[in-house]
Amino acid sequence: MSERLGVTPAQTVGPYLHIGLRWPDGSYVVPEGTPGAFWIRGRIVDGTGAPVVDALVESWQADPEGRFDHPDDPRGARPSSVPGFRGFGRSETDAAGEYALLTVRPGALPAPNGETEAPHLTLSVFARGLLHRVVTRLYFPDEPAANAADPVLCSVDADRRDTLVAGPTSDGFRFDIRLQGEHETVFFAV
Amino acid sequence: MTQETVRPTDGGLTLPQYRRDDVDAHPPLLSPGYGSTVLRAPQRPLTYLPQRLTEVTGPLLGEGRVGELDHDLTRQHGAEPQGQRIIVHGRVLDGDGRPVPHTLVEIWQANAAGRYRHVIDTWPAPLDPHFEGVGRALTDEHGRYRFITIQPGAYPWKNHDNAWRPAHIHFSLFGRAFTQRLVTQMYFPGDPLFFQDPIFNSVRDPKARERMVARYDHAVTAPSWALAYEFDIVLRGRESTPFEDGDDDE
Repeated sequence: MSERLGVTPAQTVGPYLHIGLRWPDGSYVVPEGTPGAFWIRGRIVDGTGAPVVDALVESWQADPEGRFDHPDDPRGARPSSVPGFRGFGRSETDAAGEYALLTVRPGALPAPNGETEAPHLTLSVFARGLLHRVVTRLYFPDEPAANAADPVLCSVDADRRDTLVAGPTSDGFRFDIRLQGEHETVFFAV
Repeated sequence: MTQETVRPTDGGLTLPQYRRDDVDAHPPLLSPGYGSTVLRAPQRPLTYLPQRLTEVTGPLLGEGRVGELDHDLTRQHGAEPQGQRIIVHGRVLDGDGRPVPHTLVEIWQANAAGRYRHVIDTWPAPLDPHFEGVGRALTDEHGRYRFITIQPGAYPWKNHDNAWRPAHIHFSLFGRAFTQRLVTQMYFPGDPLFFQDPIFNSVRDPKARERMVARYDHAVTAPSWALAYEFDIVLRGRESTPFEDGDDDE
């Protein structure tokens, strides 16, 4: 048996996160011009509704076939059929607290007990004032049947589920994140 | 707090599971001594998220993201920056002491005078034209990384009266799964500013706080050239499966 070590504690990214975490291609989960690609945009707000202008959103998702190019996917690592698919996105918020990610819709995923997870992105939010990232999920509004059967969505209080479902826009979807307050986004312990 | 390993079922899908962190391992999101948490920390309890395919996989970044000089913050901008040259090295490990190989490590920091090259950092300390303060490296097959940089300075902030941040370097780690993602700060041993810093002290367990403090490492210093600090970073470990425990005594 190997030695068990305590994890290194998290600390805030602070207000100068852009120095270390800015990627020119961060927003592009898929390259510009990818067929079927759309923008996910949203605003991050604090408990007073004020935009959080120094936050960073990171996304992680399966490819359109519901596969990951990762050795711990028990179905086997498989490069995506979408050229340039990274699965990962990173967008800082702007002066209006807005982030933006260009991506494609992930496929549904099998779960260990035979259930099926609806198409979703997992998101991390980092910011000054967040001592640890907060984690949420984004689901799609035009998947009502899949969403209704999703085990994670079903585990959330019915009156808060809508905080995890994006809204449609002209070029994709909108997903605002409310860090605290009346319509606080559901955040997960992962 | 731990979680049972998911067993194979009719679907045959067996996923690795990562140990959930102890309650005191990380700072509470609401830490009022750090004023910025008050309006930003979620107030509702977090919802339990099973670790499924999206959570036990993650971006395996690296190839093409790290340039030749990205690990050496003293050679990125023409001439050498002002300040005490230091080597910062260590390993990225999981909670079972296993190295995390080929994983991206990103760092950023203030310059020797405690000033960040950032539009909102305007306190009257000099900028250094030869220091940007950003580094990237990949761990090797043993989970080791190594940066060359300069000792960052302390700097004032407006959190409380006469508040100063202890010198620190920001670290960002991916590990191999979404559940292992970590952003932290590395501090320097014996810093006299610890007592008044609400960010460092937001970690309530003193032993956990010590895990954020680097060790002065004389053996790795470069004579007549640079001092050295060792900073190992521990990400979550995996739940052991019955299979892997098969050799252990009861």
